[in-house]
Amino acid sequence: MDDIPPYPPIDPTTFDLIVIGTGLPESVIAAAASTASKSVLHLDPNPFYGSHFSSLPLADLPSFLSSHSTSPSPPPPRSASSEEEHRDFSLLGLAARPIYSSIDISSFSPDLIDQFSRKFILDVAGPRVFFCADKSIELILNTGANQYMEFKSIDATFVGDSKGNLLNVPDSRAAIFKDKSLGLMEKNLLMRFFKLVQGHLADEQDVKISDEDLQSPFVDFLNKMGLPPKIKSFILYAIAMADYDQEDTGVSGDLLKTKDGIDRLALYNASIGRFQNASGALLYPIYGQGELSQAFCRRAAVKGCVYVLRMPVTALLVDKDTGCYKGVRLASGQDIFSQKLILDPTFKVTLPSGSSPSPPLQAKLPFCSPKDDRGKVVRGICITKTSLKPDMSNFLVVYPPRSLFPEQVTSIRLLQIASNLAVCPPGMFVLYISSLCNDDDQGKKLIHAVTNTLLTVPPPINSESNAAVQIKTAESGCAVQDETAQSGSTGPSDPGEEKPTLLWSALYSQELTLGQVDFICSTPMPDGKLNYDDLIEAAVKLFKEIYPEDEFFPQTSSENHEDVDDGDGDGDASPET
Amino acid sequence: MHGRPRKASKPEDEAASITKAQKLRALQTQFFSFHHSKIYTKEAVELSAKLLEINPESYTAWNYRKLAVEHYLSQPDCNPESVKSLLDDELRVVESALRQNFKSYGAWHHRKWVLSKGHSSVDLELRLLDKFQKADSRNFHAWNYRRFVAELMNRSEKDEIKYTEDMIYTNFSNYSAWHNRSVLLSSLLEKKAEGFLLKENLLPEEYEFIHQAIFTDPDDQSGWFYHLWLLDQTVTTDHPLLVSTWPAHGSDVFLVGDRCQNGSFSPFTTVLSDSGSFPIVLYFNQPVKGVSSSTVIIECGFNKNEELLWEPLSVSNSQTAQVWVAHLKCPTSEHDSSVEISVGYSKEIVSPRGSQYSHPSTFSFKVHVQPVERDSSRVSVAENILWREENFKVYRAQSEESIPIPSFDQLCIKNGHESTASNWRTEALAKEVECFRELLSLMDCKIGKLTLARLLMAYDVMSFPFANKLVHSEEVLELYNDLMKLDPTHHRYYKDEHSLVLLRKMTSSEESLLQHCFQYKDSVSSAIGNPICLRLNNLSLSRIRAFERLLWVQMLDLSHNELESIEGLEAMQLLYGLSLGNNKLRSLTALEPLRKLKSLRVLDISYNQIGDHSIDTTRYLCSSPLSHSVGSELNDVALINYWEAFYMFKDLNLTQLDIVGNTIADEKFKSVLVKIMPLLKRLNGELLD
Repeated sequence: MDDIPPYPPIDPTTFDLIVIGTGLPESVIAAAASTASKSVLHLDPNPFYGSHFSSLPLADLPSFLSSHSTSPSPPPPRSASSEEEHRDFSLLGLAARPIYSSIDISSFSPDLIDQFSRKFILDVAGPRVFFCADKSIELILNTGANQYMEFKSIDATFVGDSKGNLLNVPDSRAAIFKDKSLGLMEKNLLMRFFKLVQGHLADEQDVKISDEDLQSPFVDFLNKMGLPPKIKSFILYAIAMADYDQEDTGVSGDLLKTKDGIDRLALYNASIGRFQNASGALLYPIYGQGELSQAFCRRAAVKGCVYVLRMPVTALLVDKDTGCYKGVRLASGQDIFSQKLILDPTFKVTLPSGSSPSPPLQAKLPFCSPKDDRGKVVRGICITKTSLKPDMSNFLVVYPPRSLFPEQVTSIRLLQIASNLAVCPPGMFVLYISSLCNDDDQGKKLIHAVTNTLLTVPPPINSESNAAVQIKTAESGCAVQDETAQSGSTGPSDPGEEKPTLLWSALYSQELTLGQVDFICSTPMPDGKLNYDDLIEAAVKLFKEIYPEDEFFPQTSSENHEDVDDGDGDGDASPET
Repeated sequence: MHGRPRKASKPEDEAASITKAQKLRALQTQFFSFHHSKIYTKEAVELSAKLLEINPESYTAWNYRKLAVEHYLSQPDCNPESVKSLLDDELRVVESALRQNFKSYGAWHHRKWVLSKGHSSVDLELRLLDKFQKADSRNFHAWNYRRFVAELMNRSEKDEIKYTEDMIYTNFSNYSAWHNRSVLLSSLLEKKAEGFLLKENLLPEEYEFIHQAIFTDPDDQSGWFYHLWLLDQTVTTDHPLLVSTWPAHGSDVFLVGDRCQNGSFSPFTTVLSDSGSFPIVLYFNQPVKGVSSSTVIIECGFNKNEELLWEPLSVSNSQTAQVWVAHLKCPTSEHDSSVEISVGYSKEIVSPRGSQYSHPSTFSFKVHVQPVERDSSRVSVAENILWREENFKVYRAQSEESIPIPSFDQLCIKNGHESTASNWRTEALAKEVECFRELLSLMDCKIGKLTLARLLMAYDVMSFPFANKLVHSEEVLELYNDLMKLDPTHHRYYKDEHSLVLLRKMTSSEESLLQHCFQYKDSVSSAIGNPICLRLNNLSLSRIRAFERLLWVQMLDLSHNELESIEGLEAMQLLYGLSLGNNKLRSLTALEPLRKLKSLRVLDISYNQIGDHSIDTTRYLCSSPLSHSVGSELNDVALINYWEAFYMFKDLNLTQLDIVGNTIADEKFKSVLVKIMPLLKRLNGELLD
């Protein structure tokens, strides 16, 4: 990072709440707390908003990833001065936790990429979109954050196979009618299933789905409805967006229940046609997903939240006797006090070297680090000069479990974004790929299976030689690619169609953490889901735990709510006409 | 625009509408004063625009504007530019009126009127339409106007068809779009545009397209409507064809002067000809016009072609009918005479759609005359024909000869004209049958069952025109039975269809038809001679049709059915005795087809509901009864109250009528009947003086 200018002192020095990190959950909490008339100080060590939810220029992405990839031994907090000692505070060091691993950044056309490197704005936590009717959009409209954002519709969803085919997902009545790949019987079955779900949701008496069915696995219910495998796969992975293989219970206990499956279908259904100028169910923010965190920060700032970027926090101040949190020590040396603290999940608390903690503190230490979620999420970003689908710009592709190779147990999702979303130069396309995985090797294999199926991958010319990035030798890269290429090569793609050539790619695994409220309140990392709802939900939960008396964005804060939802909302949510 | 619930008006809305009404009233008063004094100043014209903007329904204002335009155009100083700007103003007024209410008939009509003046550019119209059709994709005003504009612009049908496709892809429940598609395709087919738009190429694609809609959402009506149109396009042959005749080709007709003489002639072809003539009946596959002595040529030794008068058998008295009749004088000599009749060698027989009869055919038969040995005493004593079970016995052919019924072998008139050309039709139908069987295997669907039933019947009729066999009739009957249970609201319709299929099944083969052929009593001693009586009683028929195979029938028993109407019966020109007892006929007008049956002598309409109902549901059958001049015969006051009876019976030569068991049949009515029909010998079984 650039040289950090001298820190001006922050005034006042006491707040109700200090939030460290400007990721989405932190920003939402900061905005909610400010709206509830709390005094809030929002800090971020980075010079930009969004932290792990940000959208970064291509040139800045490698260093950001690598800065969170190793666990440098934290500089021990400055040894407690006698002055501090008598103020009865202990210092707890804050160290960065390694979040990203197996970072592999390859440029296959360095000249071209360098030329445009500032014109690419890449999402760190992609692929991620909104459903037009999801809770996040609701929150954005309710809070007025939509004043700071613009959206565009994702045109279509496809299901991919190992041969490189992209099958249209018949997700609505009109789409089923129009679909060319479904047989008449399949159309009938699928539409009847949709109607059943709609009837169930509309509480029609004669089409109620029984409680027994609702509690059973969704896949069993789909089987019971006699849906053929192809349609089941569409529903499970491209509409209900299930993450894990639903048919092989040996692999995953993560089975979607019918009740939840129906809810997801309902969300999808409500999303289609919600906004007049959004054709599909999904939305993407113009300028990338970093806009979202920033919009909530602006919302918070309007309500009086104080923002300081480029301001690392070096230590927490803790009451020596009770072990209770009191405040933070900034990199500038200034101590700021607050009643509550929300911490970005990338930190872990360390004991100051050489000092033994007081007994109350020792009891709390096990709870000082963010809880890890199981598994990881692997993410890939690819840049091409041709669209995966001629005549289409922005779309989602889902690779259901086992669609690419037999051992694939998770869904892989790919989002292609074009220049009309202002994240890349005209004529270029950014592909975001992600999947849940158990470890880095498995993750790599998943991403490579997709890239090898869809793209022509030239031999790497140049790997970013950042000290922190594990530079991968060409051999190891090829080894992985060959392995998956074989499993994916059962059906060669149509020779008539040239696959887009990969120009640049980034691949990295990311740790998953859950939000927690304990001695330390910390927010979750970007999850492996397609939309933001779980993250928003976690933020709401955190807010309610630290401020049980306060309402999360009371209605009064948005007197123009009705307008936004019905009238302006249409224009704002998907502005281009 | 569709499926939006109406909201109750709020008090403030009502207040607003009161103010609006006041404003309108003031405007209107002023407008009418301008209109009545024919003032077409700028100010006056602008006032009408204001009025129309608030109330586009003001038709008078539209007409006023038309007058104003005409007035301006008649001024000597008008030049093309000022005319254009004037008409553009009109278009603007229409547009703002449409914005207020785009279902305004007056506004759309005015726009058409302006455009047909020919001074305005049409190009903007499509853009305007796109806007309106986006806002309400099913609005038929917009679609109508679109057809008008497309024609005016000479826009190709193919572009317009593409447009319907786009609209259908957006929402396939848009019946307006489907309808427009059928209109465009019909017009293309009619033009036979560029040679490749043959039905056989086009229809399979359309079937494929509509299947997508029907299978995706069988509950949506639009798809089924369009499918029905396609089915109709598939089964209707464009050209009229002669389906059946009486006398049949190759038959021997025995003409007797008296019923008592029977001898050993075939009971199927022995006909009483006490009037000195006998009918020739031509039965076409669809209504035609232009049957005359110049289009139908008769060659025989005892009649001159020019003397023949062909009469359409149609209750509507139009010159279009499916069945035509002419009466040929009996040969005077005792020698057998053969008759040859050629139909359609000149091209004047055409269908209402304008398709020519283009398959000339010839049929011939022989006429044998029995010398009249009139026994006057027997003629005067009319025997009471009783339609009782015990009076009938199943007909058994006396000789070993098979094929006693003439109608069957003669159907070969239809011969192979279209059989090869029809292959694609049967193929298309077979495909449809398979398709809908599959749909029904997936789900229970009433309209699916109905469609399958229609398809199967169409398939049978199409593929077995000569095979005398309907392979699917049992299945079709079962489908209609099923539908009657599933869908009680439309029970009557299914019942009717069921009846027609049943009739078709019974008349489809000689074997099945013979099962319904009976002989009355001991025919030798009977006064009616020995004609076969076709008994279609007790079948709970609610409708009748399929007369093309029954042209030979002289005695018909339709009693104990559920008939409300006997439409089509006029085709059975040889009918002598008819029983309609114990049916559901509700009025005398329901008997209208009988007026065409000159041979009818014995009629039983007992135990119906004539007179029960104050509303006459079969009045439509009557040829404008109200304008019918009753003439001077009707001087009796009593007859005026029974003019329907007079109208119905006066031209019938009935000798026996049974009308007991109807509300209308009181003593007074009976006395009226006796007056109307001097030839009547028996009424309700009682011998009249």
